[in-house]
Amino acid sequence: MNRTLLAGAAALLAATALTPAQADDIKQGGSMIVTYKDDVSTLDPAIGYDWQNWSMIKSLFDGLMDYEPGTTNLMNDLAEDYTISDDGKVFTFKLREGVKFHNGRELTAEDVKYSLDRVTNPETQSPGAGFFGSIKGFDAVAAGDADSLEGVTVVDPYTVKIELSRPDATFLHVMAINFSSIVPKEAVEEWGADFGKHPVGSGAFSLEEWTLGQRLVFKRNDDYWRAGVPKLDEITFEVGQEPIVALLRLQRGEADIPGDGIPPAKFLEVAEDPQYKDLIIEGGQLHTGYVTMNVKMPPFDKPEVRKAVNMAINKDRIVRIINGRAVPANQPLPPTMPGYDTNYEGYAYDPEAAKALLAEAGVGDGFETELYVYNTDPNPRIAQAIQADLAAIGIKAEIKALAQANVIAAGGEPDQAPMIWSGGMAWIADFPDPSNFYGPILGCAGAVKGGWNWSWYCNEELDALATAADSMTDPSQKAEREEAWRKIFIAVMDDAAWAPVFHEQRFTMRSERLGGPDAIFVDPVHIPVNYDYVWAKDVQ
Amino acid sequence: MGGYVLRRVLQSLLILLGISFLTFILLYLIPADPARQIAGRSATAQTVENIREQLGLNLPFYQQYFRYLTGLLQGDLGRSYLQKTEVGELIRSRLPATLLLMAGAIICELAIGLTMGIVAALRRNTATDTSLMVLSFVGVSSPQFVIGILLLYVFSVQLGWFPIGGYGTFRHMVLPSLTLGLLGAGWYSRMMRSSMIDVLRQDFIRTARAKGLKRWQVLFGHAMPNALLPVIAMIGIDIGLFMSGIVVVESVFGWPGIGQLAWQAIQRVDIPIIMGVTLVSAFAIVLGNFLADLIVPLIDPRIKLR
Repeated sequence: MNRTLLAGAAALLAATALTPAQADDIKQGGSMIVTYKDDVSTLDPAIGYDWQNWSMIKSLFDGLMDYEPGTTNLMNDLAEDYTISDDGKVFTFKLREGVKFHNGRELTAEDVKYSLDRVTNPETQSPGAGFFGSIKGFDAVAAGDADSLEGVTVVDPYTVKIELSRPDATFLHVMAINFSSIVPKEAVEEWGADFGKHPVGSGAFSLEEWTLGQRLVFKRNDDYWRAGVPKLDEITFEVGQEPIVALLRLQRGEADIPGDGIPPAKFLEVAEDPQYKDLIIEGGQLHTGYVTMNVKMPPFDKPEVRKAVNMAINKDRIVRIINGRAVPANQPLPPTMPGYDTNYEGYAYDPEAAKALLAEAGVGDGFETELYVYNTDPNPRIAQAIQADLAAIGIKAEIKALAQANVIAAGGEPDQAPMIWSGGMAWIADFPDPSNFYGPILGCAGAVKGGWNWSWYCNEELDALATAADSMTDPSQKAEREEAWRKIFIAVMDDAAWAPVFHEQRFTMRSERLGGPDAIFVDPVHIPVNYDYVWAKDVQ
Repeated sequence: MGGYVLRRVLQSLLILLGISFLTFILLYLIPADPARQIAGRSATAQTVENIREQLGLNLPFYQQYFRYLTGLLQGDLGRSYLQKTEVGELIRSRLPATLLLMAGAIICELAIGLTMGIVAALRRNTATDTSLMVLSFVGVSSPQFVIGILLLYVFSVQLGWFPIGGYGTFRHMVLPSLTLGLLGAGWYSRMMRSSMIDVLRQDFIRTARAKGLKRWQVLFGHAMPNALLPVIAMIGIDIGLFMSGIVVVESVFGWPGIGQLAWQAIQRVDIPIIMGVTLVSAFAIVLGNFLADLIVPLIDPRIKLR
């Protein structure tokens, strides 16, 4: 807990340190090399949805909104200004004038409309289409009955009006996720399905070269509208490098950032080495690792059994298993998320009380069950620790270690996986708002075949409270809304739908030649690194 | 000869068809839903259903297989679910790297294997022979990821002679080629040794010596060509060995070939890529065996193909 608070405080300090006056003093120029294990899948902002391309897309494209570097605070991006109607259902955005796409054409309100129509069109197959559900006319487009969102209108070349079908307090966040990046129609039509390999945006960098399976080169967009950004002239992403190789290359000065982080096996060695200690950066993540218990499969239909599991798991020991790269969790929300309840204590580790609860539920002699887990390290080891903890209160859990897609498929069936350890697949928030931690993973909407609510927990009362909370769109209701969400998540814990285990911390490294506030190297939104603000010391 | 070739081509096509069918069944049976995978964790049920329909994943098995085959005949291997790129293009872009690595490995295994075999044969039953054969045994039985990581650690990390993985220059090529070639070198040295010993016992060698030829002339002019015969037949089969080896070696060294592509695809259950790489490897193995059978009679006129 303390460490997270510290990290959060550090992030805040770092962000305030990056005031424009100081940032302007930093000379532009230089380059860096970032390594990744897997090839980059796509740079199409309507499609890209993974660890690697998330921040790359943010550097190539702009949306109406963004976040202050290294923080979760919203700021205007392409929107110079916006107004929200009193009922919270009409957003009017005023665009910056003179912003140019990489192909030289000026970006206008027509492009905003085109981009939103495109991302919601079923032909686009966007994994993020669902985020736009509150825009008026979404259902018709999603069903294929309309080509264009009724709620989005171009008022003039620099003004776009978006009408919602219901008040949505998260809408500005939705306008900041990658899926709402603005794309030029002519480039999308020219490349078709291969737009993701030939991206054209208005972002701080443009794609210069992409050699499949080897490297991507980003070049600085000289016409970028934000003064003094980006800092670097060029970024080279080298792909196909195992994290351990990436670390060795960094240590030899051949690479600057290991994009996949420090490999767990080398973590202690590097962390304790005085030479590298100062180059390691720790940051919080909007992440929670949890054990789901399928409430449709007895005996997990009894809240006592689910509470017993919560009390049986020794979270401190599990955090030690992963070398302290996490903080124990007692509720679904991560500590850096608005709505986190700092006073809530959760279910303390107490095997005796857990046994008593099992007896109360009529399964005092224990029972046999299955624990599904993603088969890459450290997840099977964590599952074994959970297995041992459960055995201590009489629950015999057989571990089913499977490929990621198979665990996800099992979780999406109502009668297949009684328990799942979420590690490696767990929820990392799409945007820093508590609602993103509820609907798909704890709400009734996610408790469907193929959904992500693997506990199949569906509490209509809480769903109604959630809808009410998301209707509080007035900025003055911010505190009230947070409080509403806080209550919802504590109510979820009273029903013990999950056993939250830990919140992962992120550790990365940078070479000595890179400068920039620590917070941008573990940016909570520009995951994993906010490339636009990294600078090179050798050109200062 | 013509009839033989035709028969073998037909046979090969049948084998490939069988492999495509088996792979398709296996991948079809994996309990992962591709539509859900493409749709991602935030997708609505509607999105998933749309994708399923657009890709024809709602069709019965035989129709899906037929669609795939039809595409295949037109040279279309499909589009990767996660890489969002034509599988054909992914494989084409990575093929040069893999071929280069294989060429390097063949050179390594021939150079190391043949030298070891010849030296061992000439120094038969001495300490040199024994130690060489122990060494070849180590080469044959060590897992490639162990050899790869060891070489990487010693020569790149500790000594700094070679880059730590990657692709581009000759120096990048040395360690991966060596790792991939060592297994074959082990086999070749043992085969070359016994084949050489066999040939050296023959009458024509004694005749050659008796008519006054120098020792090296006998060795390279008469003994080697004859001893090489069984070894050459092996090179075709090698391609099969390489195909399994490249998955490991390319992953260890970050070599951007189709082995690495396959490994990444398997980890993420990207079915079109797995399918495509399997077919291409099967094709390479079938072709390798076929060519090896065709080459042998060219080298040794005593062997006739029927």
